[in-house]
Amino acid sequence: MEKRVTFKGKKLPLLLILPQVIITAVFFFWPAGQAIYQSAFIPDPFGLKSQFVGFDNFTFLLSDKYYLAAFTTTAIFSSLVTVVSMGVALWLALMADRIIKGSSAYRTLLIWPYAVAPAVAGVLWLFLFSPNIGLASWYLEKLGYQWNHTLNGGEAMGLVVLASAWGRISYNFLFFLAGLQAIPKSVIEAAAIDGAHFWRRFWTIVFPLLSPTTFFLLVVNIVYAFFETFGVIHTITSGGPQQSTTILVYKVFSDGFVGQDLGSSAAQSVILLLVVGLLTILQFKFIERRVHY
Amino acid sequence: MSTVTLKSVSKSYGKVKVIHGVDVAINDKEFVVVVGPSGCGKSTMLRMIAGLETITDGDLFIDDNRVNELEPMDRNIAMVFQNYALYPHMSVYDNMAYSLKLAKLAKSDIQDRVNKAAELLQLSEYLDRKPRQLSGGQRQRVAMGRAIVRKPAVFLFDEPLSNLDAKLRVQMRLEIRKLQRELGVTSVYVTHDQVEAMTLGDRLMVLNDGVVEQFGTPIELYEQPATLFVAEFIGSPSMNIVSANANGHQLTLTNGTQLESSTSASGPVMLGIRPEHIVQDTTGNLLVDTGMVEQLGSNTLVHGTLSDDNTPVVYSLPGIHTEQSLGEKMRLGVSQDSIHLFNSDTGQRIMS
Repeated sequence: MEKRVTFKGKKLPLLLILPQVIITAVFFFWPAGQAIYQSAFIPDPFGLKSQFVGFDNFTFLLSDKYYLAAFTTTAIFSSLVTVVSMGVALWLALMADRIIKGSSAYRTLLIWPYAVAPAVAGVLWLFLFSPNIGLASWYLEKLGYQWNHTLNGGEAMGLVVLASAWGRISYNFLFFLAGLQAIPKSVIEAAAIDGAHFWRRFWTIVFPLLSPTTFFLLVVNIVYAFFETFGVIHTITSGGPQQSTTILVYKVFSDGFVGQDLGSSAAQSVILLLVVGLLTILQFKFIERRVHY
Repeated sequence: MSTVTLKSVSKSYGKVKVIHGVDVAINDKEFVVVVGPSGCGKSTMLRMIAGLETITDGDLFIDDNRVNELEPMDRNIAMVFQNYALYPHMSVYDNMAYSLKLAKLAKSDIQDRVNKAAELLQLSEYLDRKPRQLSGGQRQRVAMGRAIVRKPAVFLFDEPLSNLDAKLRVQMRLEIRKLQRELGVTSVYVTHDQVEAMTLGDRLMVLNDGVVEQFGTPIELYEQPATLFVAEFIGSPSMNIVSANANGHQLTLTNGTQLESSTSASGPVMLGIRPEHIVQDTTGNLLVDTGMVEQLGSNTLVHGTLSDDNTPVVYSLPGIHTEQSLGEKMRLGVSQDSIHLFNSDTGQRIMS
């Protein structure tokens, strides 16, 4: 039986998809095409002319140790952001799912950080951990620890991870909580009767049943960590100290708009596009198999 | 050997009391059905026995051990849920083996037990399937299998058949009964379906608003309902209840009809007669305006009213009848032994 709705002519369906096509073309295909085009040129120092160089931008990048270092930084940064934000969110969702009294108050409060823009979140954390005036660094100093993320690369990384993950926890929390509440209570009770304690139940029943949510969040969070954390990094560390927090997307910005090397910047964004695309394909290929829908 | 004993067990949610001091002793190997309308507290009671709800007051014993504070897993019970509560990501085999793995049984033992249970429940060829690949009846069996493999002291059933269609329900009902007899495991079964209750239970507990109205064998409940509630709840179609005035064995209905009863009382009473005990009798005292007729094949249900009165009366006549063949008025009779009398204030049965 034909269940699809069919159109008689071709005009109406084309008209209906036109807005989406226009948006995609203007905001995705055109800039992406521009990036690919520009990646084959090197502009002169004054930005007046550019010279066609073919794949030279790419070959230079792939042998540039600063660029390769940015890869490692990105890998560390995205894994940490994803693990921290998802881990904390899952833990909070588990707790919020258990309590009965005041649960809606907790939920509301836990969702608030999501409304904070990345740059604002960055400034908040910057103030908290500012080596001179920060509240957190003041307490750390009381405990005998000299915090200075403007000098210490590890501390800088920790701080941007914390700030990026923090804003993301709310979003993940919301999805995890919804996922947890979609698990029938009787299944959990059956496991309790069958002899599984809380954590055992979590690992053998809850976590597998939550896997569609976890997988979705994994993909979304990695993409987030790759791109949307720009604001946080820009406000807190500007990629420093010594490039220790320069992730790929930040290098695209700093080489292109600060260093004015638009060709290299364009080539980097093309590589970034390929990397994220490949990563998402890999996730769907290898992790999705272990997801129980 | 397992008994379940409830000693003035009660349950409150805040100030709302949902179970009012239940005292019940369930014998070894007995199949007890808890039956009552929705919201009467029957599921809550079962969940208290399982340990999924806390007991507000009173004591619960399984055998001689007080288990109020024990976790569900330490009570040696198994429960079959209304929605089966199978683990959707595990195969049928893993569903049944889950509790055994947790109990750290040897792998060969687990295999033995699961295979035996699967054979008993005709699930052997489905062991590799996921629950979503099974029909409703098969899922129900897996849920039973999961309970059986643990060899628990007590089976708890929470309306396990209510998600099945009518035909399958009758079939599974018989299977559950057979299985329980074979295994000889003390069972508590909750249902709102009085037919299920009558056919399954060794004894029935009728629960209403958290109070046990009566606890006895199905036939006791049918023949001698202790309260008006039980009288109306047990039996289908339900018992006719009319108010009457008693003077010894002589009863006067609201329309002046005189009936004789083997029990005696005085003053206003509630009178109950089962539809199947009303017979066509040209010399009978009961004059009824016939109304709607429901033909069931083997018998016919007539929904009438008492003459000169609007009190509804339902009665069952053997064979097939139509509204035309019965006529507008009928004369009916009732034997004095099949009249039940209840106190019109308390609803309690009048015995003498």
